[in-house]
Amino acid sequence: MNCGRGGKGVGAGSMSAVASGGVSDQFPAGLRVLVVDDDPTCLMILERMLKACRYEVTKCNRAETALTLLRQNKNGFDVVISDVHMPDMDGFKLLEHIGLEMDLPVIMMSADDGKQVVMKGITHGACDYLIKPIRIEALKNIWQHVVRKRKNEWKDLDPLGSGVEDGDRPQKVSDDADYTSSANEDNWKGAKKRKDGEEEVEERDETSTLKKPRVVWSVELHQQFVAAVNQLGTDKAVPKKILELMNVPGLTRENVASHLQKYRLYLKRICSAQQQPNGLNLAPQDAAYVPLPSLNGFDYQAVAAAGQLQPQSLATLQMAGLGRPGSKSGIGITNADQKNLFSFENPKSRYGDELHQQQIANAGNQPNLLHGIPTTMEPRQLAHFQQSSQSFGNLNMQINTHGSNGTSLMMSMAQQPPRGAILNEVAAGNVSRIASQLNPMNGNAGILVRNVVAENSSGQVYNPVVTQGPSMVDFVAKHPAEFSSSGFPLASTPGTSSIISKVPAQDDINSQLKGAGGYVPSYDIFSELQQHKSQDWALPGVGLNFDGSLNAHPVQGSFDVSPSVLVNQGISSGQRSEANSNASPAGSATLLPGQPNGQTINQHLTGLHVEGAQVPKVERDQNLNSQHTLYSEQFGQDDLMTAILKQQQFGLGAVEPEFDFDGFPMDNVRV
Amino acid sequence: MEVVQMQRRFAEYTASLFREGFLDAQFTQLQQLQDETNPDFVEEVVSLFFEDSEKLVNNLAKTLDQQNFDYKKVDALVHQLKGSSASIGAQRVKNVCVAFRQFCEDQNVEACLGCLQQVKQECFLVKNKLETLFRMEQQIVAAGGSIPVMEYN
Repeated sequence: MNCGRGGKGVGAGSMSAVASGGVSDQFPAGLRVLVVDDDPTCLMILERMLKACRYEVTKCNRAETALTLLRQNKNGFDVVISDVHMPDMDGFKLLEHIGLEMDLPVIMMSADDGKQVVMKGITHGACDYLIKPIRIEALKNIWQHVVRKRKNEWKDLDPLGSGVEDGDRPQKVSDDADYTSSANEDNWKGAKKRKDGEEEVEERDETSTLKKPRVVWSVELHQQFVAAVNQLGTDKAVPKKILELMNVPGLTRENVASHLQKYRLYLKRICSAQQQPNGLNLAPQDAAYVPLPSLNGFDYQAVAAAGQLQPQSLATLQMAGLGRPGSKSGIGITNADQKNLFSFENPKSRYGDELHQQQIANAGNQPNLLHGIPTTMEPRQLAHFQQSSQSFGNLNMQINTHGSNGTSLMMSMAQQPPRGAILNEVAAGNVSRIASQLNPMNGNAGILVRNVVAENSSGQVYNPVVTQGPSMVDFVAKHPAEFSSSGFPLASTPGTSSIISKVPAQDDINSQLKGAGGYVPSYDIFSELQQHKSQDWALPGVGLNFDGSLNAHPVQGSFDVSPSVLVNQGISSGQRSEANSNASPAGSATLLPGQPNGQTINQHLTGLHVEGAQVPKVERDQNLNSQHTLYSEQFGQDDLMTAILKQQQFGLGAVEPEFDFDGFPMDNVRV
Repeated sequence: MEVVQMQRRFAEYTASLFREGFLDAQFTQLQQLQDETNPDFVEEVVSLFFEDSEKLVNNLAKTLDQQNFDYKKVDALVHQLKGSSASIGAQRVKNVCVAFRQFCEDQNVEACLGCLQQVKQECFLVKNKLETLFRMEQQIVAAGGSIPVMEYN
């Protein structure tokens, strides 16, 4: 295959060579492969075979070790080969992690050739699946996955960046399985574009496809994308039309096509996650709707849907409902440009009572943490939250930013504080500012915010995962604490539950973070709302596996990598439990500390990965996992309402569907 | 014995192992991976396999010995054994594993126990055969000859 660029051998120094129309002599030699298998025999054989292919091999017999290696050395590998069945971590989970955090091509292998397993590999984003025993011939070709991925990434590069096109780059669109539509006339252009400032840009020139350009779909961009998709309707949403609707200069059809594919994958995943008992089933159809738990019987969503709700009005509503003096002016949904997330009419009537129930009951719902969305909650943050005086009722806010709306923050967001500000605040744990903070999710493309506030006696903690691109997680993490309000109906709090959905921010995480607007605000509100501390909420670790690494590193914009991190924030209206402890489910979810910039959030959202088992559902200690109460957003109004109702009834945290574009698997999703 | 004779015997012996199903094409792959820079590769891998398989089989025996053992656990172990035996080309071992897994799925205790015995037996057999093979190789090399690599499809 000719990538038009010289292959770069690892450590080989630059290769220049792009043979005209050919690949450099070196490539694929030097391909840096990480092979993970708990079977020592296989590991040894694979190592030998890979070396015989002239690859640079690193072997690992544990998935954890592999992850650590990968994290320490983000650009140190080109491709990962992993066994499916491993004792310490399921191969698919590893796959998800890698997809989220590093976006490397991952090849799965197993002696198991059953169709389901292979399918699982595919849906989880593996780029290939090899059946053991593996022959060397099969390994000789793995470089194709690296090249293909690079190629796609190039195409996805920031369309706004100035691009350099190499005329000689052969267009291999047809090979690209990503593109649902054909037509490559302009395929190429995208391919050559380079993001300005892209650190690897320079290298790209010389290096081959081994370099991994980071493409970032900014929040705004994704919002526009989702809006376009929704406008067209899932059936008709073809890259070409989407591109036209989006009307973003520099964006190519290929960029869109590839993004669309990921988006679809994500939606599908959400769909299958729908069977969660929690009932928040969001139909993943194009839009992710976040059912806003209506606080005070209000259908916030409806309100939100109605358009941009003035902060004041919302606040008023809230107040009315809650009987609180409202101060949260900000609860309004700010959608900068988009239609609201809530497309449904509001079932106002339903909520009225529910709210209270919800607040109080908090029955077993557990904050569903977004499945698969890694959220890191920092215990500190949680603690902080816990202390906040506000008690939030069950905040069940799932905000799904529906793609269409572009504004992902569905939750009524109060005014739009500057994104960055919000994040900062959040980071600061400044809950009180919630109201003001609402960050309009403008430009947050596809931010799925899910705040599930679950109130439960045991204190639920949920991690709101806000993934706005990279920053999602942070935000979420922080706020959960806030939410643990006691029975404070979420409704009152501006739905800020912003959650996090990670918008595949490919572009730059930084911007994402800021854009995250949307998510932070909710937290602030919560804090305000929170009245009593009695509630303990446990921050569900959202099943995230954070490996600590959640620290702020911005998610590398790859879309694939960080699926929206949906965080379910379960706020238990009851006492706050040490959510902190809970919060980190699986132990390591650390919500990204309030890093002011979204970057941190994001990054780890990718890292966050709700493991089935780990869904931090802290709430009642139910093990949400497996079913992950995260549910993909529902699109139907009825469903939403139902979901909301349920939430209210159970005081449960919403389920966050995992917004995962690529391999974010929900653990319990059966493939 | 002359080198040539040794080599011939070696070739015949190898052929018989393949013919009788003890080894399959994967073993040839391993042989092809062996070269001057990795002269003992096959032997190393094979011993690694036997070391590992012994542990697996012991583990299996222990598990099956319990009153109410977990079939999933048994299946996982067998799956692993299947993978590694397939990787070195120990065909008969692998075949027993395949059957073994099926019995696990059927939750057939008797059959599982039977398979355990079979697996032990097959591992033992192929281990001996390979040891013999390696010894022959060593003799050839010691006599200054080279090991013929057989090509099997």
